[in-house]
Amino acid sequence: MAHFDQELSALRNLLLTMASHAEAAVRQAVDAVINRDYDLAMQVRGGDVAIDRFEVEVDEMAIRLLSKAPLAGDLRLIAVTMKISQNLERVGDEATKIAKRARDLSQEAPLKLIVPIPKIAELALQMLHTSLDAFVNQDAAAARALIPQDKVVDALNKEVHRQLANQMIENPETIARCLNFMVVAKSLERIADHAKNVAEEVVFLCEAEDIRHSGKTNAAALSKPAEGSA
Amino acid sequence: MLMTIEPEKLRPGNPMVAPRPALPRDKASAPAERGQSAVSTRELSIFFGQNQVLKQVNLEVSAKAVTAIIGPSGCGKSTFLRALNRMHDLVPIARVQGQVRLFGEDIYGPQVEAVQIRRRIGMVFQKYNPFPTMSIGDNVTVGLRLNGLSKRAALTERTEQALTMAALWDEVKDRLDAPAVSLSGGQQQRLCIARALAVQPEVILMDEPASALDPLATARIEDLILELKKNYTIIIVTHNMQQAARISDETAFFYLGQLVEFGATSKLFTNPSKKQTEDYVTGRFG
Repeated sequence: MAHFDQELSALRNLLLTMASHAEAAVRQAVDAVINRDYDLAMQVRGGDVAIDRFEVEVDEMAIRLLSKAPLAGDLRLIAVTMKISQNLERVGDEATKIAKRARDLSQEAPLKLIVPIPKIAELALQMLHTSLDAFVNQDAAAARALIPQDKVVDALNKEVHRQLANQMIENPETIARCLNFMVVAKSLERIADHAKNVAEEVVFLCEAEDIRHSGKTNAAALSKPAEGSA
Repeated sequence: MLMTIEPEKLRPGNPMVAPRPALPRDKASAPAERGQSAVSTRELSIFFGQNQVLKQVNLEVSAKAVTAIIGPSGCGKSTFLRALNRMHDLVPIARVQGQVRLFGEDIYGPQVEAVQIRRRIGMVFQKYNPFPTMSIGDNVTVGLRLNGLSKRAALTERTEQALTMAALWDEVKDRLDAPAVSLSGGQQQRLCIARALAVQPEVILMDEPASALDPLATARIEDLILELKKNYTIIIVTHNMQQAARISDETAFFYLGQLVEFGATSKLFTNPSKKQTEDYVTGRFG
C-alpha cells in the first residue's frame, strides 16, 4: 500500500475509534438516566475529554494530508472526515449533557416515566450507528435511507415535551425532574441531527453530491410565490 | 469532415505549392467573449510515421479562459498542443487528420499559412528560450519586425505594452538593451511570454511554462496567466495538477493519445466521471 493510502487508512481508523467512543458515551449516558446510575453518569462526563482530544487529532492528521494536495475521492474523504469528527465531538457534548441530567435525576426521587425517552434513545443510537456503518462501507443508499428517520425523532421529542409540560402543570413538584427529562430528550434529538449530518457527509463522500439543506431549499422554493402573481 | 494534411506540402518555401494568402484576421469582428468557442478540434488525429499518437480528439476550448491539458508522459498532450498552431508542419514524418478551428476558421484550410496561424496562436515553451544574442527589447519586438513593423515609436510602444502585460516592465524598463540571458529564469520565461504577446495573438499555448522555475517564479507566472486570461485564451499543458487546479477553468485529461475526460476543473479534480481520471489525479495510476 502506498504511503499516502496508509495515511488515509490511519485517518479513517482514528475517526472510527473516535466514533466508538462517542457512541459508547451516548449509550452509557442513556443507561445512566434509565438506571439512575450516578457513577456511570460521572464516568461519561469524564470521558468527554478523550472525545475532544480525538477531534483535535483528526484535524491535525487531516490538515497534514491536505497539505499533500489530494484530489478527487481522497480530497472528499479528508474533508468529510473532518466534518464527521466535528459532529462526533458534538455528539460527545450531548452525551455529557445527558449524563449531567442523569446525575441530577439520580439524586432525586424516581419519577415514573410515561414519556417515550427510551424509544428516542434507541432511535438516535440506531441512527448514529447506521450512519457510521454507512461511512465504513461507503454506502450512500444506506445513508440516504437513514435521513428521513430524523423527522421521526423530532416528532417524538415534541411529544415528550408536550407530555412533560402537561405533567408539570398537573404535578408542579415534578417540574425540576421534568425539565431534566426535557433536556435529555432534546439532547437525544440533537444526536439524531448529528447522525443525519454524518449520513449527508457519507452521500457527499460517495457521490460528490451535497444534499445538505436540500429539504429546506426545496420547501423554500415551493413556498416562494411565482413571479408576477398577486 | 476528415482531411489529411501533409506538412511537407504546406511549407511556404515548397516550390510545389503556390503561395497562399494568409488567413485574414477580421479586425472588424467583435472581440472574443468568455464562453465562446475559441479553438475546437474535430476528430483530430496525429501520426508520426505509422505511429498514431493522437486519436480522434474532439475538444472545445472556451475563449478568455484557461484550459489545462493533463496526462502522463507520452499521452499526447504536447502533441495536441503543437497541432493547435501547426507546429507539426515542421516535422516531415508528421501527419495531421481532422480539423482544428480557430474561432470557426479551419487553420489547416488550403488557403491558410502556418506563419499567420502562429502569429494568431502564440506559444511559450517549457524551457525559456529567449534569443541569446538579442537584447531584452529586441526579443520582444523580433516578431513584430519579422511581420514588417519598423517604426521606432510603434515598436517602443508595443515593447512597453507587452512587457507590462507580462509583468516584467518595472523590472527591465531601465535595461532594455541588456542581453536577455542576463535575466533570471523566471524573468526570461516572462520575457518569452512578452515576446508571444507582442504580436497580439488571440490564443496562447503554454507547454509546461513553469516546470523549470522555482515556487516564487512559478507563482508569478500563474498570477500572470490569471491576468492574461481576461484578454486571451490560454491553453496550458502541465504535469502539476495543483497548478492546473489553481489556474484553469477547464481541464482535459489525455491518456494513450485519447481524450479521456474534459470538463470544469473544479469538477474534474473533486469528482471525475471516469475511473481513469480518478486514478490519475489521485496518483494511483497503472
